[in-house]
Amino acid sequence: MKAIVTVLGKDKVGIIADIAILMKDYGINICDISQTLMQEYFTMIMLVDLSAAQVDFTALQKELKTRGEEIGVDIRIQHQDLFDSMHKI
Amino acid sequence: MINTGDILETIKMVDDQNLDVRTITLSLSLLDCTDSDGKKAEKKVYDKVMKRAGNLVKVGEQLSAELGIPVVNKRVSVTPVSIIGAPSGNYVGLAKALDKAAKEIGIDFLGGYSALVHKDATKAEEAFLHTIPEAISETEKLCSSVNVASTRSGINMNAVRLMGEIIKDLAARTANDRAIGCAKFVVFANAVEDNPFMAGAFTGLGEGEATVNVGVSGPGVVAAALKKCKGADLTTVAEVIKKTAFKITRAGQLVGGKAAEMLGAKFGIVDLSLAPTPAIGDSVAEILEIMGLSSVGGHGTTAALALLNDAVKKGGVMASSMVGGLSGAFIPVSEDAGMIEAVRANKLSLSKLEAMTAVCSVGLDMIAVPGDTSAETVSAIIADECAIGVVNNKTTAVRIIPVPGKKVGDEVSFGGLLGSAPIISVSDVDSSEFVRRGGIIPAPLHSLKN
Repeated sequence: MKAIVTVLGKDKVGIIADIAILMKDYGINICDISQTLMQEYFTMIMLVDLSAAQVDFTALQKELKTRGEEIGVDIRIQHQDLFDSMHKI
Repeated sequence: MINTGDILETIKMVDDQNLDVRTITLSLSLLDCTDSDGKKAEKKVYDKVMKRAGNLVKVGEQLSAELGIPVVNKRVSVTPVSIIGAPSGNYVGLAKALDKAAKEIGIDFLGGYSALVHKDATKAEEAFLHTIPEAISETEKLCSSVNVASTRSGINMNAVRLMGEIIKDLAARTANDRAIGCAKFVVFANAVEDNPFMAGAFTGLGEGEATVNVGVSGPGVVAAALKKCKGADLTTVAEVIKKTAFKITRAGQLVGGKAAEMLGAKFGIVDLSLAPTPAIGDSVAEILEIMGLSSVGGHGTTAALALLNDAVKKGGVMASSMVGGLSGAFIPVSEDAGMIEAVRANKLSLSKLEAMTAVCSVGLDMIAVPGDTSAETVSAIIADECAIGVVNNKTTAVRIIPVPGKKVGDEVSFGGLLGSAPIISVSDVDSSEFVRRGGIIPAPLHSLKN
């Protein structure tokens, strides 16, 4: 299963590193990554492959949310299907 | 490949514009639950709902978390109880068994305490209709509907007359609770068999064993899209609504398909309706106002609503493999912040609401009227609405609440998704002799169209 991880918040040092390490620890492959700065707001979107993940989706979702709160950004993970359905014919 | 713009747009729709899937409704056939022994019938329906819909809430919550889009309501609709309860006549017992199951599995509503009497009622159906006030006032989750008219058979005025009495009885029985019983009862013309929305959902006889029907929402998303095209002509407005409706419907289609698979049911339809909520920014009235009306209810409202309704359907049809249900813009007064405000400011009348129902699906919905409105006047309002549906070959409905002790200028708050409603004035013309005549208003001629 592929999922989209979205990180929104104020820019600071190490956001990508933090999340990438977490993904590595759980055996999650990062397939694609895109990052922009809108004013001082940091927006990162990652496409991840969960097929070899050593964690279930709900637990990962909680973990990402908690990690986001610690570093002061909003992190969410959603099934890729929603975006594909809504934006592709 | 990541398309940042698309992903952020979806997230914004959910976070800021109240995009949600309004309901996943499991439509369940209870035709195999009939029994001439009332107690056995109760056990059969209870067991079947528990077995087939036991996981519905869990499935809704799981999909909501995985996809990141709220699934607001989880509901069940069943075969009309007037049919499955006929062998025993234990209608109220079945109502309580269904309500108990609904509470135990944690769903929001269960619909199907229903009867189809658009041409005539059998003795059993007549007995059933008289149990509606008791069944609905003594249960919590159960919803009831009666089809009293159809384009092919006309308007059963005997049933229409009885509906006024049932609504008054329901209001009296639930007077201490803001006449909430009336919010769970709807009268239809041309009722549909696959409606996911309450209070009118039931499983039609043409439906299968278990089917998931989905109702989408998203007035806030349409409003946000229209705000970006200020000054554009109405052709452009229709195009923007179509594109937005496509996206909203796709979300519903995805959730419905996944839910059906997880529940071992078939996927039925997406109901292309823009269901509002009382939350600010989730209002159908606001869309009409963004189109250029200073308030909903003014001249031009019917035309604006017709444009909206048609564009939502055109966008939605392309997005879903199967569409059905009511499929139109909802204008429930108490559930739409903009409608509430317009009634409060005396800008929106019952007559204008009636005109609006000629171009949009649902009819007079969640309208609170003075407590001293007579049963005959309520029936006459229903008859008018049925006439609009029957002649225009569309579904119309009436969910009206004569709130005991309240008069024009007062307000009544139902709480939650049902919102709050200012009491709207009704005509003081006496229509009782017309209503008391009974009989059938014959089916309309569908040729000689001028």
